Amino acid sequence: MTGKPRVGLFVTCLADLFRPTVGFAAAKLIEDAGCELDVPMAQTCCGQPAYNSGDRSDARALAEQTIEAFEGFDYVVAPSGSCAAMLKKHYPGLFKGDARWEARAAAFSEKVHELVSFLTDVMKVETVASDFSGTVTYHDSCSGLRELGVKEQPRKLLKSISGVKIAEMKDSEVCCGFGGTFCVKYPDISNAIVEKKSQTIGATGADVLLAGDIGCLMNMAGKIRREGGKTEVRHVAEVLAGMTSAPPIAGK
Amino acid sequence: MQITTPHFKENATRAINDPALQQALKNVENGFIAKRRAATDALPEFEQLRDSARDIKNHTLAHLDLYIEEYEKKVVASGGHVHFAETAEDARAIILDICRKRNAKTVTKGKSMITEEIGLNDFFEKNGIEPVETDLGEYIIQLRGETPSHIIAPAVHLNKDQIESDFRRVHTHLPADRDLTEHEALLNEARQVLRKRYFEADVGITGANFLIAETGSSVIVTNEGNGDLTQTLGKCHIVVASIEKLVPTLNDSAQILRLLARSATGQDMSVYTTFSTGPKRAQDPDGPEEYHVVLLDNGRTAMLGTEFQDMLRCIRCGACMNHCPVYHAVGGHAYGAVYPGPMGAVLTPSLSGIEVGGNLPNASTFCGRCESVCPMRIPLPKMMRHWREREFEKHLTPTAARYGLKFWAFFAKRPRLYRTAVSLAMPVLSALGGSKRRIHSLPLAGGWTKHREMPAPEGKTFLQAWAEQKAKGTSR
Repeated sequence: MTGKPRVGLFVTCLADLFRPTVGFAAAKLIEDAGCELDVPMAQTCCGQPAYNSGDRSDARALAEQTIEAFEGFDYVVAPSGSCAAMLKKHYPGLFKGDARWEARAAAFSEKVHELVSFLTDVMKVETVASDFSGTVTYHDSCSGLRELGVKEQPRKLLKSISGVKIAEMKDSEVCCGFGGTFCVKYPDISNAIVEKKSQTIGATGADVLLAGDIGCLMNMAGKIRREGGKTEVRHVAEVLAGMTSAPPIAGK
Repeated sequence: MQITTPHFKENATRAINDPALQQALKNVENGFIAKRRAATDALPEFEQLRDSARDIKNHTLAHLDLYIEEYEKKVVASGGHVHFAETAEDARAIILDICRKRNAKTVTKGKSMITEEIGLNDFFEKNGIEPVETDLGEYIIQLRGETPSHIIAPAVHLNKDQIESDFRRVHTHLPADRDLTEHEALLNEARQVLRKRYFEADVGITGANFLIAETGSSVIVTNEGNGDLTQTLGKCHIVVASIEKLVPTLNDSAQILRLLARSATGQDMSVYTTFSTGPKRAQDPDGPEEYHVVLLDNGRTAMLGTEFQDMLRCIRCGACMNHCPVYHAVGGHAYGAVYPGPMGAVLTPSLSGIEVGGNLPNASTFCGRCESVCPMRIPLPKMMRHWREREFEKHLTPTAARYGLKFWAFFAKRPRLYRTAVSLAMPVLSALGGSKRRIHSLPLAGGWTKHREMPAPEGKTFLQAWAEQKAKGTSR
C-alpha cells in the first residue's frame, strides 16, 4: 500500500478506440498528481448511446458492469465531461427504487470525476509540467460545462504552461452539434451547427483547438478537415500532459 | 394547423437551405440571448426567483383541482363565466357558441398560443367569422397565411423586406408610393389599419399568461397594448387559456412576472401587464359587457403524475428556443407543430402522441442550454429522453437504429468479446485513414461522412496498448 489515492481510469469508449493518446495523457496527469492508477480491463462504454436512445435496459446493464469494475477505487476518473456526467449524474437514476443497487450506484457516483476538474478540484493541482507551446482555443463541451461545472479548470491549468496562449472563441459554450447519435440521425442539422462552430474556431487564429471530450473533438476535427481548415485538434489532456508528439485528431 | 412533424428532417433540410430564413434566424441568436443575459445579470435574486417560481408551480400542480375550483368561484363572483373544455374541439364549440349568441361577425385577437393549439382562426373562417390578429407579428403571419414560428415572436422567421411587400400587397387602400423603408413606418401602418378593427369587433379574444385563483383574474403581458384594446373595446371578452396557467395568489403571479419578461425579451417587465377581473361593472367607464374564460385541458391532466408533469410549469417565455442550437439552425416552422423548440419537443408528443411527434425529442443534442436558462427550471432534456424511452418501449424507434443499438450493446455488455472485436476492427479502420489520418467516406457511416471527415483511429486500442506496456513492465 502506497497511501496514495487509488484511481480507476474510465478511459471512455471513444478515447479507447480512436485516441489512445488521451488515455496515456490522462494516466500521466493522474499519476503526476500523486495518485495510484489502474485501468480495469472490464470497461467498455458508459452506456450513453443506449440511455439516450431510450434503451434503459441496456443502459442499466452497462451501468452495472461499470459499477462492478470500478466501485473498489477511491476515485473514478474519465477524460470526458459527457461520460463522467453519465456515471455521476445519470447512473443513480437508472437504479431508482431498486433496494440492492440504489445505494451502490449512489456511492459509486460520489467517486466519479471528469479528468481536469479532478486534477484541480480534488487533487489541488495548480500547475502541470508541459513543454507545449502555441496558441490554443478551448471549446466548452456541454455536459462537462452544464452538468459538472467544468469551465475555469482547464483554462487554469493551460495558463500554468508558459508556452500556451489562450485565444477564446466566440460562443465557446455553444454546442458543437455532436450530440452522440444525434450527429448521424440528423446530419444536416448537426452540420449546420458545427459549421458555425468551425467559423468561430477559425476566427480565433489559434493553432490548436482543445476540448475535454473526444466525441465533440472528432466532430469539430472532421468538419475543420473537410473544410480544409488549418486548426489542429487535440484533447486538452494531451497538451496538459505534454504528450503532443502523436499527430493531431484527423491530421498528419 | 397541418402537423408536419413526421417530416421534420425534410423540413429542417429545406430550412437550412433557405437563405432568407437563415438571415432572419440570426436575429434570434444575436438578439434575445444578450438581452436576457443583461437583464438577468442585473437582478441579483434571479436564481432564487427561479427556485421560488418552480416551487409555486409545483405546489399549484399538486393541488390543481382545488385551485381550479377556487378560481372558478372567484370568476363567477365577479360576474364572469368559466367553461371547461376537455379537447380542442370542445373549446372551439364553446367559443363559437358564445360568438353566435352575440351574432359576432368580427373577432379581434390578442396573441394567444392556445388559440393556435385549437386551430381557432381556421375554424372561425369556416364558420363565417373573421378573426383579426392584433399583435403585430401575428397580424403579419395572418396576412401570409402562416403559423407562428416562435411562441413570443411569431414572425421572427421573416425579414423586413418580406413584411413590406406583404403590406403593399394587402393594404391596397394606401398610396402605392408611400415610404416604408423604416421599421417604424411598418409598425405605424399596421397600427392604423388595426385601430378601426378594434371598434368593429363584436368579441375580443385573448390568451392568459396567468390565471389567479385568489381573485379570479386573468393576466396578459404585451408590448404593443393590442391585448388591452382587444379585451376592453370588444363587447365581449373571451379568455382562452390552458389549465396550467393557474397560480394561487396575486403575489405568486407578481413573482413569476419578474422572471417572464427577463427570460423572454430581456425586458424588466413587458410594456403592458394587464389584470382583468370579470366584465365591466356599473361604475366602470369602459370594458366588456361579458367576460368568459375557456379553460382548456387538451391532454394536460394526463401529464399530471407522470414524468412529464414538470412541463406544466412552463410560462411560455421562449428562452429555451432562443438558446437552442437546433432552433437556431432550422427555425420554428421546421418542427411542424404548434410549439417549436425544446418546450415544443416535450409538449408536442404530449398533445399529438409520440407516434406523430417522435422526431422532436430525438432532434436534440442534449446540450442542456435550454434547461440552463429555463426560468421554471424545467428539465427539458430529461423529459425528451423520457419520450425516447416511450418510443423505444413501443418499438417506434427506426428499425436500423434499433438493430444497430442492439448489435453494439451485445458486444458492449461482454467486455472480453468486445476487446477481441475492437482490437481486430480498429487497426483496419486506422489503415483506412492512410497518411492523412482521416477517412473521407465509409459504408454505414454516411450520416457522419456526408458533412465531415471521419478521424482515423490511432491503431491499437488504449486498453490493448496499456496492457502491452504493463506486460513490458513500463507504466507509460
